[in-house]
Amino acid sequence: MSTPEGEDLVEIIEDAPLDLTKYINHVRNPSSGAIATFSGTTRDSFNGKRVLELRYEAYIPMAIRELRSICSSARSKWKIKSIALAHRLGVVPVGEDSVFVAASSVHRIDALNACKFLIDEIKARVPIWKKEVYENGEVWKENSEFFLKKFGLSEEAKACDGSEKPGFEKLGFGDGGLGDDNGQLGLDEGGGNPNYGRSSCCRHKERVSSGMENGKEDDKERENM
Amino acid sequence: MEDITMTTDKETQEREIKDEKGKLKSLPSIEIKVLFFARARDLTGFTNTVVSVKPGCTTLDCVAELFSKFPSLREIKDSMALALNKEYAPGNTILNNGDELAIIPPISGG
Repeated sequence: MSTPEGEDLVEIIEDAPLDLTKYINHVRNPSSGAIATFSGTTRDSFNGKRVLELRYEAYIPMAIRELRSICSSARSKWKIKSIALAHRLGVVPVGEDSVFVAASSVHRIDALNACKFLIDEIKARVPIWKKEVYENGEVWKENSEFFLKKFGLSEEAKACDGSEKPGFEKLGFGDGGLGDDNGQLGLDEGGGNPNYGRSSCCRHKERVSSGMENGKEDDKERENM
Repeated sequence: MEDITMTTDKETQEREIKDEKGKLKSLPSIEIKVLFFARARDLTGFTNTVVSVKPGCTTLDCVAELFSKFPSLREIKDSMALALNKEYAPGNTILNNGDELAIIPPISGG
C-alpha cells in the first residue's frame, strides 16, 4: 500500500486505539528508502505513585491546525516524502499508544531527524492535556517543552535579565512565527502587564532545570488534588 | 459544566467618547468568547464564557477581566498561554468583536 507523496495525515482520535499500521502505510511509498516512527505509550507509574488511568483532552480545531503547521515546519527543514501524526484522546489504558509519529524520506537521516522534531514540537505547542489519575488524587501533567517554547528558555539558560535566553532556535528546534516576534508562545514577560514579570521567567527556568536533573524530561506536575 | 454569560452594568459596557464636533456618543462593548481547558476549566468551573470588553482592548486586558471574575484562575497566570481564534497570540493583540480567546494551561500532550 502506498500514498501519493506530499500528503500529510493528521488525526485526533477519540476513545479508540491508534491504528499504527495505517499511519506507517500512509508514509510508505516507492521513492522512500526510510520510515522513522515514534510511539508515545502510557506509563503505569509516576514518582513511585501507581497510575490508575490517563485521560487526554484537546482544543481539537487548534490542535489540528498546530499539527499541520508542525508538518510544514518539518518539511521546510528536511527532505521529507510523507508525514503522519496522530494523537489519541479520552481514557488511554496503561501501556497503549497515546501519540504516534511517522515520517518517510529517501535516506534515513531526514526521516530520523524529522521524527524527533515532530514529537518535540507536538509536546511543545499542540493544545492537548493529560490528567494522571492515582489512587489518592489526580494531576494535570505539564510538558517541559511547553515552557521552553513559551519562555524561550532552555536548561542552559543562565540569566533572567534577557541576556542569555536561548530558545528553540538555538537548540535547533526553532520554526519562528509562533505567537510573537520571538517565535514564542504568547504571554511572555514584558507583555505590558505587571502580572507577567521576570519572576515567572526565573521560576520556570528553575522548575525545568530541576526536572532535567531528575531525569524527568517531560513530566512536570502541579498538584491538583 | 454550563455556559454562562457575564454581564456588567450598562455603564461599564459602554464608554462615552467625543466625536469630531465634540458631542458625546457611546461606543458599544465587544463580546469575546473565552474557552477554558484542563486546569483552567477546573479552576473556573466552566468550559467557556463570554466577556464584554471595550473596543481596542487587548488579550491581556481580557485576561485581567477574567482574573477579576475568576480569582482562582490567577493560579496559572505565570504558566498559561493564550490562543486567539485558534492561534497562539501575544498579550498585546487587539481584540475584535466575536473573537475566540482560549486560555491554554501548560500542555501535556504526547
